[in-house]
Amino acid sequence: MVLRVLRGMVGLLLLAQASMAGAVLSIEIIGAGENQIPIAIVPFGGDEKLAQSINEVVTGDLQRSGLFRLVDPAGKSPHEPAEVNYADWQVRGAEALAIGTVAAQPNGRIEARFRLLDVVKQTELAGQAVSANENQIRAIGHRIADLIYEKLTGDKGVFSTRIVYVNRQGKKFSLVVADSDGHNEQTVLAQNEPIMSPAWSPDGSHLAYVSFETGHAVVYVQSLYTNQRVVLADFRGSNSAPAWSPDGRQLAVVLTRDGSSQIYLVRPDGSGLRRITFSGAIDTEPNFSPDGQYLLFTSDRGGSAQIYRMPVEGGPAERMTFGEGNNFSPRHSPDGKSFVFAHLGNGRFYVAVQDFQAGQMSLLTEGGWEKKPSFAPNGKLILFASEARGRGILATVSSDGRVKQHMFTQSGDAREPVWGPYP
Amino acid sequence: MKKLIISIVLVNLLAACASEPKKEEAAPAPAPAPKVEAPKPAPAPAPKAEVDPLNDPASILANRSTYYPFDVSVVQDEDKPMVQAHAKYLSEHANRKVRLEGNCDERGSNEYNLGLGQRRADGVNKMLEVGGAKADQLESVSYGEEKPRCTDHNEACWKQNRRTDLNYTR
Repeated sequence: MVLRVLRGMVGLLLLAQASMAGAVLSIEIIGAGENQIPIAIVPFGGDEKLAQSINEVVTGDLQRSGLFRLVDPAGKSPHEPAEVNYADWQVRGAEALAIGTVAAQPNGRIEARFRLLDVVKQTELAGQAVSANENQIRAIGHRIADLIYEKLTGDKGVFSTRIVYVNRQGKKFSLVVADSDGHNEQTVLAQNEPIMSPAWSPDGSHLAYVSFETGHAVVYVQSLYTNQRVVLADFRGSNSAPAWSPDGRQLAVVLTRDGSSQIYLVRPDGSGLRRITFSGAIDTEPNFSPDGQYLLFTSDRGGSAQIYRMPVEGGPAERMTFGEGNNFSPRHSPDGKSFVFAHLGNGRFYVAVQDFQAGQMSLLTEGGWEKKPSFAPNGKLILFASEARGRGILATVSSDGRVKQHMFTQSGDAREPVWGPYP
Repeated sequence: MKKLIISIVLVNLLAACASEPKKEEAAPAPAPAPKVEAPKPAPAPAPKAEVDPLNDPASILANRSTYYPFDVSVVQDEDKPMVQAHAKYLSEHANRKVRLEGNCDERGSNEYNLGLGQRRADGVNKMLEVGGAKADQLESVSYGEEKPRCTDHNEACWKQNRRTDLNYTR
């Protein structure tokens, strides 16, 4: 087995301080993409009058992706194409330039009009007006960053997506939904018993999760709009590991009601329960393939925890991981061609990825307490739980392993993160 | 129960004195004697006085945790007498209920460990049932790695976290 440990450390270390109270404390970025696109982002005309700078959100997003090198616009502040002297930006090495204006509309909404310019070809690549309520200025910034990212990299941006995680402070647990940069946190559930395994519905409207509030593991499904929730599974023993099918019509869950942990399918309202694994081993952490046909899952049926794949409708399971160590928490890539998982080897947890066709594991991180990886919906980033300075933190790694980022929540241990779907 | 122990000690002391009256200085020594509870000189009348061995810190029933090697869920030989004693106790006290709470160290995914902890709890549950406890006296749950007793990343900690607790709820 070839272990390809990707070491993309370039020594670049940026520290971006969060500006909002109650938000993620700080973000550290380590490494850089192979070919960073040099871009200058001129603070939009009117940006300084906003309660939250859009410019700061856009630059923060692009910087964290590791795919851009920000060119200092100091001394130049064009807001309209006619004001742009391309030579100024060519001299500074910028290949792209973002300019624009932002202002409050009569109806109270904030509207930003921005243009993305190709400095080399001296043409306009994109131009768009983006608006939002004044308490959602960050969303405008994320949208603009997504448009820039998409235009310049060819991949869809994920800056407007959300993440979910569990924050543990002593014996207090909260289920938190936040923007992909960790800001704009909203507590979905707070209690003194553990919360585990949050899972996004495919449309991002609901979360399934495991709560111990009644003394044992029970699976709930909760609406993020109304906060109303239903009990999905509450049988004897443990009820856990919810996973949504891509069409949102059913979930896979793990129950011990008939013995050891086995996988069942159930409708989102708790009806239609049926068992699909019959191993007598621990079968857990099911994850649907994007086409809805297969499940990846963790099982110790071969003697120790490894990753297997089976048809959703039942049938023989195929072992996917081999070799030294144990493997857990598989998740399909959005294109269905590979899966990411947690590899335990020599006492350390690594984020690993494996291509279905090649069948070989690649380690994306240097190892530590790295668990529960999940892909961003564009497949370019992987979010996982890690540890730094004695605390549980959120971390991301680019799918090529080159760019890493650590997000520190304000206090407590961040655990069990999952990247949400496109909005 | 204390009375019972003291009376046993007295019996032992008296026995010692009777056989070897000259060794007066040796008399303070027999402190460890209480451990030799084995003989149990038919203290039949005493336990009647509502003595619950569950509350006796010297009883094997005072031990309420089984421990495991890494990724193992079968009750280990050294814990079997304790589990069997609880089974006997439960079979004789039908009103008692016990919750079996399985726990794991952090070397696994949270979900895998939830399954492993459940298997540990279920293993103790089964042994209790085989030993005479009734199903309605038993409930097994798992906390996986969510409620660690010790939180350092080392074996000294991990071995404390790989356990099933017998938690009497009634």
